[in-house]
Amino acid sequence: MPDITLPASLDGVELVRSVRTPARMEYTYTAGVATTRFLKGLAQGKILGERAQGGKVYVPSRGADPQLGVPTTEQVDLPHVGTLVSFCVVNVAFYGQGMEIPYTSGLILLDGSDLPLMHLIQECPVEDVHIGMRVEAVWVDASDLGPTLESIRYFRPNGEPDVPVRQPGEGVTW
Amino acid sequence: MTDDIGVLSAPLIIEYPFSRTTGPVIGAFLTGLREQILLGIRARDGRVVIPPTEYDSATGEDLTELVEVGPGGVVDTWAWVRHPMPKHPLQVPFAWALVRPDGADVGFLQPVDAGSLEAMATGMRVKPRWGDEREGSIHDLACWEPE
Amino acid sequence: MRDVAVIAFAQMPNVRAETVLNEVEMLMPVIRDVRGRAGLDQQQIGFTCSGSTDYLSGQAFSFVSTLDGVGPWPPIQESHVEMDGAWALYEAWVKLQLGDVDTALVYCYGKSAPGPLHEVLSRQLDPYHVAPLWPDAISLAALQARAMLDAGKAREEDFCEVAARSRRNAMNNPNAQLAWSVSEYDLINEEPLVDPLRKSDCPPTTDGASAVVLAAGDRARELCRRPAWIRGIDHRIEPMALGMRDLTVSASTRLAGTKAGATGTYDVAELHAPFSHQELILREALSLGDHGNVNPSGGALAANPVMVAGLTRIGEVAQRIMDGTATRGVAHATSGPCLQQNLVTVLEGDS
Repeated sequence: MPDITLPASLDGVELVRSVRTPARMEYTYTAGVATTRFLKGLAQGKILGERAQGGKVYVPSRGADPQLGVPTTEQVDLPHVGTLVSFCVVNVAFYGQGMEIPYTSGLILLDGSDLPLMHLIQECPVEDVHIGMRVEAVWVDASDLGPTLESIRYFRPNGEPDVPVRQPGEGVTW
Repeated sequence: MTDDIGVLSAPLIIEYPFSRTTGPVIGAFLTGLREQILLGIRARDGRVVIPPTEYDSATGEDLTELVEVGPGGVVDTWAWVRHPMPKHPLQVPFAWALVRPDGADVGFLQPVDAGSLEAMATGMRVKPRWGDEREGSIHDLACWEPE
Repeated sequence: MRDVAVIAFAQMPNVRAETVLNEVEMLMPVIRDVRGRAGLDQQQIGFTCSGSTDYLSGQAFSFVSTLDGVGPWPPIQESHVEMDGAWALYEAWVKLQLGDVDTALVYCYGKSAPGPLHEVLSRQLDPYHVAPLWPDAISLAALQARAMLDAGKAREEDFCEVAARSRRNAMNNPNAQLAWSVSEYDLINEEPLVDPLRKSDCPPTTDGASAVVLAAGDRARELCRRPAWIRGIDHRIEPMALGMRDLTVSASTRLAGTKAGATGTYDVAELHAPFSHQELILREALSLGDHGNVNPSGGALAANPVMVAGLTRIGEVAQRIMDGTATRGVAHATSGPCLQQNLVTVLEGDS
């Protein structure tokens, strides 16, 4: 970079090198129809997936089947058990974290769903968490249910034997 | 068409602290503001541009000669805000203006606390009102007022 | 250069706020509609490009979720611009020039209602000197309007004439949000909102979406009885600092128009002028003079879905050519404060 010529009036003065420009904006987020159905389902202790005619079951649904590009029209009341298809053990503290480290986040493929749901895995030492593990949802008390995924506290192993999990890309055709 | 199933909504707030590196040219301009000095930069064609840019907007070449301008200036164009928005720099009716400090060849966007619509006119002279506490940001220049 | 044409256009009715459907639910019918009009399903489309901004929704990568509504399976060639859909169309046009695909889907959407629109738009301004002052889009436009008055290029009555004519034209547009008939002689008596602009000089806040299908050469002729051929397209941008620009002329529109071959006569012009005084600036830049058929749709003063209004101008011209009610038209799209960046395209049907 070429040298900048400063006027004499700034001789010897400490130069600004950075400036704070904070920004905060407030929005009203509208869940849309499909997400509203999912959230209201949680308030009733249900996990609702959705599917379009001829399509796969997605949970949570945003209202569109991403393979067919059409609205999902049918709700599917999914069981609260599934298989852990992937997970991550969090060891690094980050701003806003609520959990004690280390803790496990997992992708849970509920029985009957084609899309895994992300949630916490608890009641299992982090070194014992593994793909193929069978898990079940642990809910909050009935009086604390609300239109939020926090109505489910976490998933925990349910003692069933492991099941094989399809590897990424396995069986995918087009 | 969809039946209204009582669609849920919730507040969503996004907030960024942002700390931006200035580089030597913008850094010098903001340093100037902290010191109650206005700086422009000389462009390739000899015009003095404020706020100073690192590059010439017509040719792209590096610019290096900072020039002191002001303190007073002229309103090149203006707009009268009857109902200030919450984040506007002034919370009483005020004017946005392109203010061209003496010695500069272009104006830059600044608020003018003129008191009333009738006090505003293109070509009027204004002088800067500096913030009491200055830290090297555009806010160090609180606003302008009629000279 | 390959001949590329608009062969289909669709939009959703423009509304003050879509409070029930989320963006993907809102977009799906528009995409289905435009593909249906083109007679193509997603697998037959070579390239998909969208225009939107995550700042409107306040969520990073929110635009990715709207791809669900396209049904991108088997995997598709796709791109996105954080711009009005008119620039997504430009990218798709460039892609078609490369010759490896013959059709493109271009879509765009924006919900201005959920967030603080003026605060959101201020985030595109200079981050050191301007954005921290949070100036709103109306104030910035008003500076330009004052400059027009000071230069003797217009009177406030001329602004009101544009405002009145646009909403009156919109009465023939079932998709317009603001459509009314009030004389400019009454509008002049409105109290200013941000002097010298009145509320009627300003666009409404709008949620909306629109889409276009492009096709090249013989493929266009196979799919569409009367394609709207893109005879020229170009876009130019001016410096960011308002003080560096002559706000009373749109030098970038004039240059884009020259490069796009925007000379001669037109049956119709659709100009993306969110503020009334800007239509006057754009008319001059494109040498439209007192052309009698500008913004028959009502333009951005009748509906201004951010990220959409520019593509919709192109669609409105294209539709009139495809319908046979026009043969040659010019469409314009803008981005940034006070007409900072401008795109011009000339469209023509076979005679």
